[in-house]
Amino acid sequence: MTDLNKLGLAQARDALRNGETTSKALTEACLGAIEGAGALNAFVHHTPEIAMEQAAAADARIAKGDAPAMCGLPIGIKDLFCTKGVPSQAGSRILQGFLPEYESTITQNLFDNGAVMLGKLNMDEFAMGSSNETSVYGNAVNPWRRGNDDAALTPGGSSGGSASAVAADLCLAATGTDTGGSIRQPAAFTGTVGIKPTYGRCSRWGVVAFASSLDQAGPMTKSVRDAAIMLEAMCGHDPKDSTSADLAVPNFEAALTGDVRGKKIGIPKEYRMDGMPDEIEALWQDGIAMMKDAGAEIVDISLPHTKYALPAYYVIAPAEASSNLARYDGVRYGHRAKLEHGDGITEMYEKTRAEGFGPEVQRRVMIGTYVLSAGFYDAYYNRARRVRTLIKKDFEDVFAQGIDSILTPATPSAAFGLGEMTDADPVAMYLNDVFTVTVNLAGLPGIAVPTGTDRQGLPLGLQLIGRPWEEADLLSSAYALERAAGFVAKPEKWW
Amino acid sequence: MSIDETTAARVAKLARIKVDPEALPVLAQEFNGILGFIEQLSEVDVEGVEPMTSVTPQRLKRRADVVTDGDQQDKILKNAPDAREGFFAVPKVVE
Repeated sequence: MTDLNKLGLAQARDALRNGETTSKALTEACLGAIEGAGALNAFVHHTPEIAMEQAAAADARIAKGDAPAMCGLPIGIKDLFCTKGVPSQAGSRILQGFLPEYESTITQNLFDNGAVMLGKLNMDEFAMGSSNETSVYGNAVNPWRRGNDDAALTPGGSSGGSASAVAADLCLAATGTDTGGSIRQPAAFTGTVGIKPTYGRCSRWGVVAFASSLDQAGPMTKSVRDAAIMLEAMCGHDPKDSTSADLAVPNFEAALTGDVRGKKIGIPKEYRMDGMPDEIEALWQDGIAMMKDAGAEIVDISLPHTKYALPAYYVIAPAEASSNLARYDGVRYGHRAKLEHGDGITEMYEKTRAEGFGPEVQRRVMIGTYVLSAGFYDAYYNRARRVRTLIKKDFEDVFAQGIDSILTPATPSAAFGLGEMTDADPVAMYLNDVFTVTVNLAGLPGIAVPTGTDRQGLPLGLQLIGRPWEEADLLSSAYALERAAGFVAKPEKWW
Repeated sequence: MSIDETTAARVAKLARIKVDPEALPVLAQEFNGILGFIEQLSEVDVEGVEPMTSVTPQRLKRRADVVTDGDQQDKILKNAPDAREGFFAVPKVVE
Protein backbone atom coordinates (compact mmCIF):
# COMPACT_ATOMS: atom_id res chain seq x y z
CA MET A 1 0.00 0.00 0.00
CA THR A 2 1.26 3.48 -0.82
CA ASP A 3 0.57 6.79 0.87
CA LEU A 4 -0.63 5.16 4.07
CA ASN A 5 -0.79 8.59 5.74
CA LYS A 6 -3.62 9.51 3.36
CA LEU A 7 -5.93 6.87 4.81
CA GLY A 8 -8.74 7.70 7.18
CA LEU A 9 -9.25 5.94 10.50
CA ALA A 10 -11.86 3.45 9.23
CA GLN A 11 -9.82 2.48 6.16
CA ALA A 12 -6.62 2.07 8.17
CA ARG A 13 -8.39 0.12 10.90
CA ASP A 14 -9.82 -2.29 8.35
CA ALA A 15 -6.44 -2.65 6.62
CA LEU A 16 -4.80 -3.42 9.97
CA ARG A 17 -7.42 -5.99 10.91
CA ASN A 18 -7.08 -7.64 7.50
CA GLY A 19 -3.33 -7.82 7.87
CA GLU A 20 -2.77 -5.59 4.83
CA THR A 21 -0.53 -3.21 6.71
CA THR A 22 0.98 -2.62 10.14
CA SER A 23 0.79 0.18 12.65
CA LYS A 24 4.55 0.52 12.22
CA ALA A 25 4.11 1.19 8.49
CA LEU A 26 1.25 3.64 9.08
CA THR A 27 3.22 5.47 11.74
CA GLU A 28 6.36 5.68 9.63
CA ALA A 29 4.33 7.08 6.72
CA CYS A 30 2.90 9.80 8.97
CA LEU A 31 6.27 10.62 10.54
CA GLY A 32 7.69 10.99 7.03
CA ALA A 33 4.84 13.28 6.00
CA ILE A 34 5.33 15.39 9.14
CA GLU A 35 9.05 15.71 8.44
CA GLY A 36 8.31 17.12 5.01
CA ALA A 37 5.65 19.55 6.24
CA GLY A 38 7.61 22.02 8.35
CA ALA A 39 6.11 24.86 6.27
CA LEU A 40 2.66 24.11 7.73
CA ASN A 41 3.94 24.49 11.31
CA ALA A 42 1.20 22.11 12.42
CA PHE A 43 3.22 19.74 14.64
CA VAL A 44 5.11 21.75 17.26
CA HIS A 45 6.40 18.95 19.49
CA HIS A 46 7.41 15.71 17.82
CA THR A 47 7.24 12.38 19.63
CA PRO A 48 8.53 9.81 17.11
CA GLU A 49 10.01 7.55 19.81
CA ILE A 50 6.71 7.33 21.68
CA ALA A 51 4.90 6.79 18.37
CA MET A 52 7.12 3.89 17.29
CA GLU A 53 6.85 2.26 20.73
CA GLN A 54 3.07 2.58 20.71
CA ALA A 55 2.96 1.25 17.13
CA ALA A 56 4.98 -1.83 18.10
CA ALA A 57 2.67 -2.43 21.06
CA ALA A 58 -0.37 -1.99 18.81
CA ASP A 59 0.96 -4.43 16.24
CA ALA A 60 1.48 -6.99 19.01
CA ARG A 61 -2.09 -6.41 20.23
CA ILE A 62 -3.52 -6.80 16.75
CA ALA A 63 -1.52 -10.00 16.21
CA LYS A 64 -3.15 -11.37 19.37
CA GLY A 65 -6.59 -10.53 17.99
CA ASP A 66 -7.13 -7.72 20.51
CA ALA A 67 -7.70 -4.70 18.32
CA PRO A 68 -9.97 -1.99 19.76
CA ALA A 69 -11.25 0.72 17.42
CA MET A 70 -8.25 3.04 17.47
CA CYS A 71 -5.60 0.33 17.78
CA GLY A 72 -2.48 1.20 15.82
CA LEU A 73 -3.89 4.41 14.32
CA PRO A 74 -1.47 7.38 14.35
CA ILE A 75 -3.01 10.67 15.44
CA GLY A 76 -1.96 14.17 16.49
CA ILE A 77 -2.83 15.70 19.87
CA LYS A 78 -3.67 19.35 20.35
CA ASP A 79 -1.16 21.08 22.62
CA LEU A 80 -4.00 21.84 25.09
CA PHE A 81 -4.06 18.21 26.29
CA CYS A 82 -1.64 17.32 29.08
CA THR A 83 0.45 14.38 27.98
CA LYS A 84 2.75 12.77 30.51
CA GLY A 85 6.38 13.75 30.06
CA VAL A 86 5.66 15.53 26.77
CA PRO A 87 5.54 19.35 26.46
CA SER A 88 1.97 20.61 26.91
CA GLN A 89 2.04 24.38 26.61
CA ALA A 90 -1.42 25.37 25.38
CA GLY A 91 0.42 27.40 22.76
CA SER A 92 1.65 29.75 25.47
CA ARG A 93 5.01 31.03 26.60
CA ILE A 94 3.86 30.87 30.21
CA LEU A 95 3.89 27.04 30.09
CA GLN A 96 7.30 26.82 28.46
CA GLY A 97 9.18 23.86 29.88
CA PHE A 98 6.10 22.35 31.55
CA LEU A 99 6.18 18.55 31.44
CA PRO A 100 2.97 17.12 32.93
CA GLU A 101 3.35 14.37 35.50
CA TYR A 102 -0.02 12.97 34.42
CA GLU A 103 -2.04 12.08 31.34
CA SER A 104 -5.34 13.75 30.39
CA THR A 105 -8.33 11.40 30.52
CA ILE A 106 -8.99 11.88 26.78
CA THR A 107 -5.47 10.96 25.70
CA GLN A 108 -5.44 8.08 28.19
CA ASN A 109 -8.73 6.80 26.73
CA LEU A 110 -7.24 7.02 23.23
CA PHE A 111 -4.04 5.24 24.30
CA ASP A 112 -6.06 2.54 26.06
CA ASN A 113 -7.80 2.09 22.71
CA GLY A 114 -4.40 1.59 21.09
CA ALA A 115 -3.98 5.00 19.41
CA VAL A 116 -0.48 6.15 18.47
CA MET A 117 0.61 9.72 19.31
CA LEU A 118 2.75 11.40 16.64
CA GLY A 119 3.21 14.66 18.52
CA LYS A 120 1.53 17.84 19.73
CA LEU A 121 -0.31 20.25 17.48
CA ASN A 122 -0.20 24.01 17.12
CA MET A 123 -3.10 26.10 18.45
CA ASP A 124 -4.03 29.62 19.47
CA GLU A 125 -2.66 30.51 22.88
CA PHE A 126 -4.96 28.99 25.53
CA ALA A 127 -7.40 28.29 22.66
CA MET A 128 -8.16 32.01 22.40
CA GLY A 129 -8.34 32.86 18.74
CA SER A 130 -9.92 31.98 15.42
CA SER A 131 -6.87 31.97 13.15
CA ASN A 132 -4.03 30.26 15.05
CA GLU A 133 -2.19 33.59 14.97
CA THR A 134 -1.93 34.01 18.76
CA SER A 135 0.31 30.94 19.21
CA VAL A 136 3.75 31.17 20.80
CA TYR A 137 4.89 28.73 18.11
CA GLY A 138 3.93 31.09 15.27
CA ASN A 139 1.12 30.62 12.76
CA ALA A 140 -0.07 27.22 11.64
CA VAL A 141 -0.68 27.33 7.89
CA ASN A 142 -3.62 25.99 5.90
CA PRO A 143 -2.58 23.43 3.24
CA TRP A 144 -5.30 24.94 1.02
CA ARG A 145 -4.53 27.95 -1.19
CA ARG A 146 -6.69 30.27 -3.31
CA GLY A 147 -6.23 28.96 -6.84
CA ASN A 148 -2.69 29.78 -7.97
CA ASP A 149 -2.22 32.49 -5.36
CA ASP A 150 0.55 31.44 -2.98
CA ALA A 151 -0.61 33.70 -0.11
CA ALA A 152 -0.58 31.73 3.17
CA LEU A 153 -4.07 31.18 4.59
CA THR A 154 -5.19 30.50 8.13
CA PRO A 155 -6.33 26.96 8.97
CA GLY A 156 -8.70 28.61 11.45
CA GLY A 157 -8.49 28.40 15.20
CA SER A 158 -8.05 27.61 17.84
CA SER A 159 -7.46 24.00 16.72
CA GLY A 160 -5.54 25.25 13.66
CA GLY A 161 -2.65 22.81 13.87
CA SER A 162 -5.08 19.89 14.20
CA ALA A 163 -7.06 21.00 11.14
CA SER A 164 -3.96 21.65 9.05
CA ALA A 165 -2.40 18.30 9.98
CA VAL A 166 -5.53 16.29 9.16
CA ALA A 167 -6.17 18.15 5.87
CA ALA A 168 -2.54 17.69 4.79
CA ASP A 169 -2.54 13.96 5.69
CA LEU A 170 0.18 14.31 8.32
CA CYS A 171 -1.88 12.09 10.59
CA LEU A 172 -5.06 10.06 10.23
CA ALA A 173 -6.98 12.24 12.69
CA ALA A 174 -6.39 14.65 15.57
CA THR A 175 -7.90 15.81 18.82
CA GLY A 176 -9.34 19.30 19.05
CA THR A 177 -11.17 21.35 21.64
CA ASP A 178 -14.07 23.72 21.15
CA THR A 179 -15.07 26.58 23.46
CA GLY A 180 -16.82 28.81 20.90
CA GLY A 181 -16.19 27.03 17.61
CA SER A 182 -12.55 25.98 17.83
CA ILE A 183 -13.16 22.53 16.31
CA ARG A 184 -15.90 23.37 13.81
CA GLN A 185 -14.48 26.60 12.33
CA PRO A 186 -11.02 25.13 11.53
CA ALA A 187 -12.67 21.96 10.19
CA ALA A 188 -14.74 24.11 7.82
CA PHE A 189 -11.65 26.09 6.75
CA THR A 190 -9.73 22.94 5.82
CA GLY A 191 -12.33 20.61 4.29
CA THR A 192 -12.29 18.26 7.28
CA VAL A 193 -14.92 16.99 9.72
CA GLY A 194 -15.05 18.18 13.33
CA ILE A 195 -17.56 17.41 16.06
CA LYS A 196 -18.05 19.08 19.40
CA PRO A 197 -20.06 16.68 21.55
CA THR A 198 -22.64 17.57 24.20
CA TYR A 199 -21.12 19.35 27.19
CA GLY A 200 -20.15 16.60 29.62
CA ARG A 201 -19.55 13.85 27.04
CA CYS A 202 -15.77 14.23 27.04
CA SER A 203 -13.85 14.57 30.27
CA ARG A 204 -12.10 17.90 30.72
CA TRP A 205 -9.61 16.42 33.19
CA GLY A 206 -6.07 17.18 32.10
CA VAL A 207 -7.19 19.57 29.37
CA VAL A 208 -5.80 23.05 30.05
CA ALA A 209 -8.88 25.06 31.03
CA PHE A 210 -10.03 28.13 29.10
CA ALA A 211 -13.75 28.58 29.95
CA SER A 212 -14.82 25.55 31.93
CA SER A 213 -18.58 25.83 31.35
CA LEU A 214 -18.04 25.86 27.57
CA ASP A 215 -14.91 23.75 26.88
CA GLN A 216 -15.40 20.37 25.21
CA ALA A 217 -12.95 18.13 23.39
CA GLY A 218 -13.75 16.32 20.17
CA PRO A 219 -12.20 14.61 17.15
CA MET A 220 -11.07 16.23 13.88
CA THR A 221 -11.10 13.71 11.08
CA LYS A 222 -11.25 13.04 7.34
CA SER A 223 -14.81 11.69 7.36
CA VAL A 224 -17.97 11.45 9.45
CA ARG A 225 -17.35 7.72 9.97
CA ASP A 226 -13.90 8.51 11.38
CA ALA A 227 -15.45 11.11 13.69
CA ALA A 228 -17.87 8.48 15.01
CA ILE A 229 -15.06 5.99 15.65
CA MET A 230 -12.77 8.45 17.39
CA LEU A 231 -15.47 10.20 19.43
CA GLU A 232 -16.55 6.88 20.88
CA ALA A 233 -12.98 6.16 21.94
CA MET A 234 -12.62 9.60 23.56
CA CYS A 235 -15.77 9.94 25.62
CA GLY A 236 -17.20 8.28 28.68
CA HIS A 237 -17.77 9.06 32.33
CA ASP A 238 -14.78 10.26 34.35
CA PRO A 239 -15.02 10.68 38.13
CA LYS A 240 -12.14 13.16 37.91
CA ASP A 241 -14.34 15.70 36.06
CA SER A 242 -17.39 16.61 38.14
CA THR A 243 -19.25 17.78 35.01
CA SER A 244 -18.58 14.53 33.15
CA ALA A 245 -21.87 12.79 32.37
CA ASP A 246 -22.44 9.34 33.80
CA LEU A 247 -24.17 8.05 30.69
CA ALA A 248 -23.51 5.01 28.54
CA VAL A 249 -21.61 5.77 25.33
CA PRO A 250 -23.51 4.46 22.31
CA ASN A 251 -21.82 2.72 19.41
CA PHE A 252 -21.70 5.78 17.18
CA GLU A 253 -20.38 4.01 14.11
CA ALA A 254 -23.13 1.39 14.21
CA ALA A 255 -25.69 4.20 14.23
CA LEU A 256 -24.43 5.63 10.91
CA THR A 257 -27.33 4.65 8.73
CA GLY A 258 -27.50 7.97 6.91
CA ASP A 259 -31.25 7.52 6.88
CA VAL A 260 -32.87 10.92 7.43
CA ARG A 261 -36.29 10.04 6.04
CA GLY A 262 -38.94 11.71 8.15
CA LYS A 263 -36.40 13.64 10.23
CA LYS A 264 -37.25 17.25 10.88
CA ILE A 265 -34.37 19.58 10.06
CA GLY A 266 -34.72 23.14 11.29
CA ILE A 267 -33.44 26.14 9.32
CA PRO A 268 -33.06 29.10 11.69
CA LYS A 269 -33.90 32.40 10.04
CA GLU A 270 -31.64 34.36 12.40
CA TYR A 271 -28.57 32.69 10.87
CA ARG A 272 -29.12 34.62 7.64
CA MET A 273 -26.75 37.44 8.55
CA ASP A 274 -26.51 40.85 6.92
CA GLY A 275 -23.61 40.94 4.53
CA MET A 276 -23.27 37.16 4.41
CA PRO A 277 -21.41 36.24 1.18
CA ASP A 278 -23.59 34.82 -1.63
CA GLU A 279 -21.42 31.71 -1.68
CA ILE A 280 -22.28 30.87 1.92
CA GLU A 281 -25.98 31.41 1.24
CA ALA A 282 -25.74 29.18 -1.86
CA LEU A 283 -23.87 26.50 0.10
CA TRP A 284 -26.58 26.55 2.74
CA GLN A 285 -29.38 26.30 0.14
CA ASP A 286 -27.57 23.39 -1.51
CA GLY A 287 -27.33 21.63 1.85
CA ILE A 288 -31.03 22.18 2.50
CA ALA A 289 -31.82 20.68 -0.91
CA MET A 290 -29.58 17.68 -0.23
CA MET A 291 -31.30 16.90 3.07
CA LYS A 292 -34.70 17.33 1.46
CA ASP A 293 -33.76 14.98 -1.38
CA ALA A 294 -32.62 12.45 1.20
CA GLY A 295 -36.12 12.47 2.64
CA ALA A 296 -35.85 14.93 5.53
CA GLU A 297 -38.58 17.41 6.28
CA ILE A 298 -37.26 20.98 6.17
CA VAL A 299 -38.82 23.30 8.76
CA ASP A 300 -38.25 27.04 9.12
CA ILE A 301 -37.51 27.82 12.74
CA SER A 302 -36.64 30.82 14.88
CA LEU A 303 -33.90 31.09 17.50
CA PRO A 304 -34.68 34.66 18.55
CA HIS A 305 -31.70 35.33 20.84
CA THR A 306 -29.02 34.29 18.33
CA LYS A 307 -27.82 37.87 17.92
CA TYR A 308 -26.88 38.04 21.59
CA ALA A 309 -24.83 34.84 21.67
CA LEU A 310 -21.48 36.40 20.76
CA PRO A 311 -21.76 39.31 23.18
CA ALA A 312 -22.83 36.90 25.96
CA TYR A 313 -19.90 34.64 25.08
CA TYR A 314 -17.46 37.57 25.26
CA VAL A 315 -18.54 38.15 28.85
CA ILE A 316 -18.77 34.56 30.06
CA ALA A 317 -15.66 33.12 28.38
CA PRO A 318 -13.28 35.90 29.47
CA ALA A 319 -14.78 35.85 32.98
CA GLU A 320 -14.08 32.13 33.33
CA ALA A 321 -10.68 32.54 31.68
CA SER A 322 -9.62 35.27 34.09
CA SER A 323 -10.41 32.89 36.93
CA ASN A 324 -8.87 29.78 35.33
CA LEU A 325 -5.70 31.56 34.24
CA ALA A 326 -5.08 33.00 37.71
CA ARG A 327 -3.11 29.81 38.37
CA TYR A 328 -0.29 30.96 36.07
CA ASP A 329 1.62 32.89 38.68
CA GLY A 330 5.22 31.76 38.16
CA VAL A 331 5.15 29.64 41.31
CA ARG A 332 4.05 26.11 40.47
CA TYR A 333 4.92 25.57 36.82
CA GLY A 334 6.11 27.20 33.64
CA HIS A 335 7.74 30.56 33.16
CA ARG A 336 8.85 32.93 35.93
CA ALA A 337 10.12 36.39 35.03
CA LYS A 338 13.63 37.45 36.05
CA LEU A 339 13.24 39.79 38.98
CA GLU A 340 15.06 43.02 39.84
CA HIS A 341 16.62 43.54 43.22
CA GLY A 342 13.86 44.49 45.64
CA ASP A 343 11.02 43.02 43.61
CA GLY A 344 8.42 41.35 45.80
CA ILE A 345 5.82 38.72 45.08
CA THR A 346 3.39 41.13 43.38
CA GLU A 347 6.09 42.23 40.91
CA MET A 348 6.85 38.56 40.30
CA TYR A 349 3.20 37.85 39.42
CA GLU A 350 2.82 40.95 37.27
CA LYS A 351 6.06 40.56 35.33
CA THR A 352 5.61 36.81 34.88
CA ARG A 353 2.10 37.20 33.47
CA ALA A 354 3.08 40.17 31.26
CA GLU A 355 5.93 38.14 29.75
CA GLY A 356 4.15 34.81 29.67
CA PHE A 357 0.77 35.76 28.17
CA GLY A 358 0.44 37.11 24.63
CA PRO A 359 -1.68 40.19 23.83
CA GLU A 360 -4.99 38.38 23.10
CA VAL A 361 -4.81 36.34 26.31
CA GLN A 362 -3.93 39.44 28.32
CA ARG A 363 -6.83 41.28 26.74
CA ARG A 364 -9.33 38.53 27.58
CA VAL A 365 -8.04 38.03 31.12
CA MET A 366 -8.42 41.76 31.75
CA ILE A 367 -11.91 41.93 30.17
CA GLY A 368 -12.87 39.00 32.37
CA THR A 369 -11.43 40.71 35.42
CA TYR A 370 -13.41 43.84 34.58
CA VAL A 371 -16.78 42.13 34.09
CA LEU A 372 -16.34 40.26 37.37
CA SER A 373 -15.19 43.29 39.35
CA ALA A 374 -17.29 44.91 42.06
CA GLY A 375 -19.99 47.11 40.59
CA PHE A 376 -20.01 45.43 37.17
CA TYR A 377 -20.70 41.82 38.11
CA ASP A 378 -24.46 42.21 37.86
CA ALA A 379 -24.48 44.48 34.83
CA TYR A 380 -22.23 42.27 32.76
CA TYR A 381 -21.64 38.79 34.15
CA ASN A 382 -25.05 38.05 35.62
CA ARG A 383 -26.83 39.61 32.65
CA ALA A 384 -24.79 37.46 30.26
CA ARG A 385 -25.68 34.34 32.25
CA ARG A 386 -29.37 35.29 32.03
CA VAL A 387 -29.05 35.75 28.27
CA ARG A 388 -27.37 32.35 28.13
CA THR A 389 -30.45 30.82 29.78
CA LEU A 390 -32.58 32.41 27.03
CA ILE A 391 -30.29 31.13 24.27
CA LYS A 392 -30.55 27.61 25.62
CA LYS A 393 -34.33 27.98 25.88
CA ASP A 394 -34.50 28.97 22.19
CA PHE A 395 -33.07 25.54 21.34
CA GLU A 396 -35.24 23.71 23.88
CA ASP A 397 -38.32 25.30 22.33
CA VAL A 398 -37.53 24.12 18.79
CA PHE A 399 -36.56 20.65 19.97
CA ALA A 400 -39.89 20.51 21.84
CA GLN A 401 -41.59 21.27 18.51
CA GLY A 402 -40.11 18.03 17.18
CA ILE A 403 -37.01 19.36 15.41
CA ASP A 404 -34.34 16.63 15.24
CA SER A 405 -31.40 18.72 14.09
CA ILE A 406 -30.60 22.20 12.83
CA LEU A 407 -28.68 23.00 9.65
CA THR A 408 -26.60 26.19 9.42
CA PRO A 409 -23.43 27.45 7.76
CA ALA A 410 -20.33 26.61 9.82
CA THR A 411 -18.50 29.89 9.18
CA PRO A 412 -19.37 33.27 7.65
CA SER A 413 -16.53 32.97 5.07
CA ALA A 414 -13.86 30.69 3.65
CA ALA A 415 -10.35 30.68 5.16
CA PHE A 416 -8.80 34.15 5.12
CA GLY A 417 -5.17 35.14 4.68
CA LEU A 418 -2.78 35.04 7.62
CA GLY A 419 -2.19 38.64 8.68
CA GLU A 420 -5.29 39.92 6.88
CA MET A 421 -7.10 40.57 10.15
CA THR A 422 -4.12 42.00 12.04
CA ASP A 423 -5.31 45.60 11.83
CA ALA A 424 -8.97 44.80 12.33
CA ASP A 425 -10.37 45.35 15.82
CA PRO A 426 -10.64 42.26 18.04
CA VAL A 427 -14.42 42.14 17.58
CA ALA A 428 -14.08 41.56 13.80
CA MET A 429 -12.11 38.38 14.54
CA TYR A 430 -14.71 37.28 17.10
CA LEU A 431 -17.39 37.26 14.36
CA ASN A 432 -15.83 34.08 12.95
CA ASP A 433 -17.66 32.16 15.64
CA VAL A 434 -21.07 33.70 15.00
CA PHE A 435 -22.66 30.40 13.85
CA THR A 436 -20.87 28.08 16.27
CA VAL A 437 -20.87 29.87 19.61
CA THR A 438 -24.61 29.41 20.34
CA VAL A 439 -23.99 25.65 20.47
CA ASN A 440 -21.40 25.99 23.25
CA LEU A 441 -23.62 28.34 25.23
CA ALA A 442 -26.46 25.80 25.03
CA GLY A 443 -24.16 22.80 25.67
CA LEU A 444 -25.33 21.03 22.50
CA PRO A 445 -23.49 18.75 20.07
CA GLY A 446 -22.50 20.31 16.73
CA ILE A 447 -20.63 18.97 13.73
CA ALA A 448 -19.01 20.68 10.73
CA VAL A 449 -19.06 18.78 7.43
CA PRO A 450 -17.36 19.97 4.22
CA THR A 451 -19.98 20.30 1.49
CA GLY A 452 -18.52 22.56 -1.20
CA THR A 453 -15.89 25.03 -2.35
CA ASP A 454 -15.90 28.74 -3.05
CA ARG A 455 -14.97 30.41 -6.35
CA GLN A 456 -11.30 30.23 -5.47
CA GLY A 457 -11.45 26.54 -4.73
CA LEU A 458 -11.39 26.84 -0.94
CA PRO A 459 -13.46 24.40 1.12
CA LEU A 460 -16.67 25.49 2.84
CA GLY A 461 -18.61 23.62 5.49
CA LEU A 462 -22.08 23.35 6.94
CA GLN A 463 -22.94 22.74 10.56
CA LEU A 464 -25.53 20.38 11.97
CA ILE A 465 -26.66 20.95 15.56
CA GLY A 466 -28.24 18.08 17.49
CA ARG A 467 -30.27 17.44 20.61
CA PRO A 468 -28.30 16.97 23.82
CA TRP A 469 -26.73 13.48 24.14
CA GLU A 470 -27.97 12.50 20.67
CA GLU A 471 -24.60 12.50 18.94
CA ALA A 472 -25.44 9.15 17.36
CA ASP A 473 -28.41 10.63 15.53
CA LEU A 474 -26.46 13.80 14.70
CA LEU A 475 -23.57 11.80 13.22
CA SER A 476 -26.00 9.77 11.14
CA SER A 477 -27.57 12.95 9.72
CA ALA A 478 -24.07 14.33 9.07
CA TYR A 479 -23.26 11.10 7.26
CA ALA A 480 -26.28 11.65 5.00
CA LEU A 481 -25.10 15.20 4.28
CA GLU A 482 -21.55 14.01 3.60
CA ARG A 483 -22.74 11.34 1.17
CA ALA A 484 -25.02 13.76 -0.66
CA ALA A 485 -22.36 16.47 -0.92
CA GLY A 486 -19.68 14.03 -2.08
CA PHE A 487 -16.88 16.43 -1.12
CA VAL A 488 -13.62 14.75 -2.13
CA ALA A 489 -11.32 17.69 -2.98
CA LYS A 490 -7.88 17.72 -1.37
CA PRO A 491 -5.33 20.53 -1.25
CA GLU A 492 -2.61 20.32 -3.88
CA LYS A 493 0.73 19.68 -2.19
CA TRP A 494 3.01 22.77 -2.22
CA TRP A 495 4.72 22.36 1.16
CA MET B 1 -19.77 53.05 29.92
CA SER B 2 -16.36 54.15 28.78
CA ILE B 3 -13.06 52.98 30.17
CA ASP B 4 -10.35 55.57 30.73
CA GLU B 5 -6.65 54.98 31.28
CA THR B 6 -7.04 54.99 35.05
CA THR B 7 -9.64 52.22 34.88
CA ALA B 8 -7.48 50.24 32.43
CA ALA B 9 -4.55 50.53 34.84
CA ARG B 10 -6.76 49.37 37.72
CA VAL B 11 -7.98 46.34 35.77
CA ALA B 12 -4.40 45.42 34.82
CA LYS B 13 -3.45 45.66 38.49
CA LEU B 14 -6.38 43.45 39.52
CA ALA B 15 -5.41 40.91 36.86
CA ARG B 16 -1.77 41.03 38.03
CA ILE B 17 -0.48 41.87 34.56
CA LYS B 18 2.20 44.56 34.25
CA VAL B 19 1.20 47.09 31.60
CA ASP B 20 3.55 49.94 30.68
CA PRO B 21 1.94 53.38 31.04
CA GLU B 22 2.52 54.07 27.32
CA ALA B 23 0.41 51.02 26.44
CA LEU B 24 -2.61 52.13 28.47
CA PRO B 25 -4.32 54.38 25.89
CA VAL B 26 -4.45 51.60 23.26
CA LEU B 27 -5.56 49.08 25.87
CA ALA B 28 -8.37 51.37 27.06
CA GLN B 29 -9.46 51.84 23.45
CA GLU B 30 -9.56 48.05 22.87
CA PHE B 31 -11.56 47.55 26.06
CA ASN B 32 -14.05 50.14 24.89
CA GLY B 33 -14.44 48.40 21.55
CA ILE B 34 -15.14 45.05 23.20
CA LEU B 35 -17.41 46.52 25.88
CA GLY B 36 -19.31 48.45 23.21
CA PHE B 37 -19.99 45.10 21.54
CA ILE B 38 -21.04 43.52 24.84
CA GLU B 39 -23.31 46.49 25.53
CA GLN B 40 -25.91 44.97 23.14
CA LEU B 41 -26.90 42.66 25.98
CA SER B 42 -28.67 45.55 27.66
CA GLU B 43 -31.34 45.36 24.90
CA VAL B 44 -32.47 41.92 26.11
CA ASP B 45 -35.39 41.64 28.50
CA VAL B 46 -34.03 39.37 31.23
CA GLU B 47 -36.72 40.13 33.80
CA GLY B 48 -37.45 36.98 35.81
CA VAL B 49 -34.80 34.91 33.98
CA GLU B 50 -32.42 32.93 36.17
CA PRO B 51 -28.69 33.23 35.46
CA MET B 52 -27.43 29.89 34.15
CA THR B 53 -25.36 27.95 36.63
CA SER B 54 -25.11 24.64 34.79
CA VAL B 55 -25.76 24.06 31.12
CA THR B 56 -26.82 20.46 31.80
CA PRO B 57 -29.18 19.91 34.70
CA GLN B 58 -27.26 17.63 37.01
CA ARG B 59 -26.55 16.95 40.64
CA LEU B 60 -22.94 16.76 41.57
CA LYS B 61 -21.99 13.25 42.54
CA ARG B 62 -21.10 12.52 46.12
CA ARG B 63 -18.43 10.19 47.34
CA ALA B 64 -17.14 8.97 50.66
CA ASP B 65 -15.06 11.61 52.46
CA VAL B 66 -11.78 9.73 52.31
CA VAL B 67 -8.32 10.51 50.99
CA THR B 68 -8.05 9.33 47.37
CA ASP B 69 -4.87 11.03 46.33
CA GLY B 70 -1.65 12.40 47.76
CA ASP B 71 1.91 11.52 48.69
CA GLN B 72 3.39 12.98 45.55
CA GLN B 73 5.39 15.96 46.70
CA ASP B 74 8.15 15.29 44.17
CA LYS B 75 5.75 15.25 41.24
CA ILE B 76 4.03 18.40 42.40
CA LEU B 77 7.27 20.32 42.79
CA LYS B 78 8.88 18.97 39.65
CA ASN B 79 7.67 21.74 37.35
CA ALA B 80 8.23 24.60 39.79
CA PRO B 81 10.55 27.37 38.56
CA ASP B 82 12.07 27.44 42.05
CA ALA B 83 11.56 24.64 44.59
CA ARG B 84 13.68 24.18 47.68
CA GLU B 85 13.61 21.65 50.50
CA GLY B 86 10.21 20.36 49.53
CA PHE B 87 8.58 23.79 49.14
CA PHE B 88 7.73 26.24 46.37
CA ALA B 89 10.12 29.18 46.73
CA VAL B 90 8.92 32.76 46.17
CA PRO B 91 10.29 36.23 46.93
CA LYS B 92 9.96 37.30 50.54
CA VAL B 93 6.30 37.90 51.42
CA VAL B 94 6.53 38.86 55.12
CA GLU B 95 9.21 41.18 56.48
